[in-house]
Amino acid sequence: MGKFIVRRLLWMALVLFVVSLITFTLMRIIPGGPFTGEKRLPAATLAQLNAKYRLDQPLYIQYLSFLEGVIVPKITTGKQSNYLDHEYLINLRLPFGDRATFRWMNFGPSYNSIGRTVSDIFRDNLPVSMQLGLLAFTLSIFIGVPLGIISALKRNTYIDYLSMAIAVLGISVPVIIMAPILQYFFGVQLKILPVSGWGNPNQMILPVLALGASNSALIARLTRASLLQVLGQDYIRTARAKGLIERLVILRHALRNALIPIVTVLGPTLAYLLCGTFVVETIFGIPGMGKFFVTSVTGRDYQVIMGTVLLLAMFLVLANTLVDILYMFLDPRIRTN
Amino acid sequence: MSERCTFSDSHQSLHFKKAKPTSLTADAFRRLRRNKAAMIGAMIIAINILIAIFAPFVAPYDYDAVFFKDINGTPSWVTKIFPGMKPIEQGGYVKIREGFLLGADNLGRDLLSRVIYGARISLTVGIITPFINLTLGLLIGLLSGYRGGWIDNIIMRFVDIMYAFPTYLLIILLMSVFRLGASKLEPGSIGYLFSRLDASAGGLLFIFIGIGLTSWMSEARLARGQVLSVRENEYIVAAIAVGAPNSRIIFRHVLPNIIGPLIIAETLAIPSYIAYEAFLSFIGLGVNPPTPSWGGMIADGVVRIQAYPNHAIFPALALFILMFAFNFLGDGLRDAFDPTLRGRE
Repeated sequence: MGKFIVRRLLWMALVLFVVSLITFTLMRIIPGGPFTGEKRLPAATLAQLNAKYRLDQPLYIQYLSFLEGVIVPKITTGKQSNYLDHEYLINLRLPFGDRATFRWMNFGPSYNSIGRTVSDIFRDNLPVSMQLGLLAFTLSIFIGVPLGIISALKRNTYIDYLSMAIAVLGISVPVIIMAPILQYFFGVQLKILPVSGWGNPNQMILPVLALGASNSALIARLTRASLLQVLGQDYIRTARAKGLIERLVILRHALRNALIPIVTVLGPTLAYLLCGTFVVETIFGIPGMGKFFVTSVTGRDYQVIMGTVLLLAMFLVLANTLVDILYMFLDPRIRTN
Repeated sequence: MSERCTFSDSHQSLHFKKAKPTSLTADAFRRLRRNKAAMIGAMIIAINILIAIFAPFVAPYDYDAVFFKDINGTPSWVTKIFPGMKPIEQGGYVKIREGFLLGADNLGRDLLSRVIYGARISLTVGIITPFINLTLGLLIGLLSGYRGGWIDNIIMRFVDIMYAFPTYLLIILLMSVFRLGASKLEPGSIGYLFSRLDASAGGLLFIFIGIGLTSWMSEARLARGQVLSVRENEYIVAAIAVGAPNSRIIFRHVLPNIIGPLIIAETLAIPSYIAYEAFLSFIGLGVNPPTPSWGGMIADGVVRIQAYPNHAIFPALALFILMFAFNFLGDGLRDAFDPTLRGRE
């Protein structure tokens, strides 16, 4: 287990490094900079702005100083500086010294939102996206898995055909269709739910539905296929032959093994959902992380691009590690290897 | 082959004279034809293709023809399905214009014509992208699986890293590089040529490249796995033994034996490519306006969904029907070629 964790951490570091390098290269190939917008600035102002944010330095120095800010932790004492450059995501007060604080992960300031840092964006917008994502994830599991199980157990009956037809319907409706249709029918036509916003439970229903619906359809199909495959295995026949009641055969033997492919898909899905989704958040006016994925690129907000990409990549790697650990619980064969 | 074998063969053919010999593929297509859902899907796709090809004849107006006096004009049947839309005559705000079957958008362009022309974009993406992905994935997967060794190791680790790269972010970044980077190129360079080609294709070329570069990984993994499973077969060993060159072994012996599952995987992925394009157009990185794309139309319409729901809902319906059809056809194809997945014991 210790070896596994060490290997995983090293792998994670490598992945995040490569991802950050690719992102940095790509975003610097895009012409223009954060201050060359529609309103043209005088050359002197532009030069000063670039100098202030150290955008006039060679690219490799910019990249290295970004890495340094994110990776190297710092311990500061005394009054906290007000500079945006000194804003860290993690600030832990240490029990000694003159207000000694352990600070880690400085993603730098945002160029587009004046006076805010990437850490501010994470602190303010990420929790909203995580609420939405977690609710949608839970919904899709609670709909998808039971629907798939029922379908598999009653295979080739009308229940199976009906639920699988609903599932195909579900995966054919991407969020960009689901969201406006739900918004129109429940928000505008029936006027029973608010059209946009976030905070009240009733404001959450529509976005969670829109986000969870197509995922639950995907999970339902996957559950059905994987459970059917497991039900054909020898150990299921053995379990039945030794006279185990059907419920236990399904719950203890079949479902446990059928969960492996489902968990594989659920890991990355959870990571993507937690980090925010542009379409749902735009349509329902939710103040989450989603919009930064697009606006940071179009506005050349370099630090925000790097921050969001690294955040999502880290969530993805963590989710995949979690999936690997879950494998060991689900399948004893993997555990012994 | 030995004499006994030929004897038994002729014996069998005497015995089963009536039964027509069928190949695996013919068998699969027979199963596909009997699958009603898949056939309905195929029919919808065929109709869509016809509409897309003959769009200038089917569409009542040009997709960018602007009618200033009919901005947001709506036919009366639409106001009846959407009760919120009250005509001006009944104290509401909606201009009744019967000339536009689905209504006119906020710039006074006919929605129906734009939906019809929009089919061209979604269908082109749905048909061409799989080929690009198949080629990319196959080349990389074949190289990785057939060569093995350190090449295989490096490619597969790179694929692993790409899986950890947020796909949507990568595609947004790539599209920005293509779209904005192309504007700064000097005439004569390859990039300039590509940007001219892209402009003449209405912005589609970069969409193909963008989707291709972000979704070849699963195809490459699948191809590699397939190569590994056939590489040890006797016929490959035999081909190596008689001294066939690598290219011949790969293209004559390996490729035909691994291509089936790859094609099915690509067919199943078509709806996701269509959704990709719609997403890109939704965020404004898709096709160049005024070329209509369903995703872009949904994005335009969503902001006015309270007043004019038809602007978003009709393109949404069109997109949904096409994706539904491709899903049905893909499922049918998979079931036809791999009957074990149908869940009969």
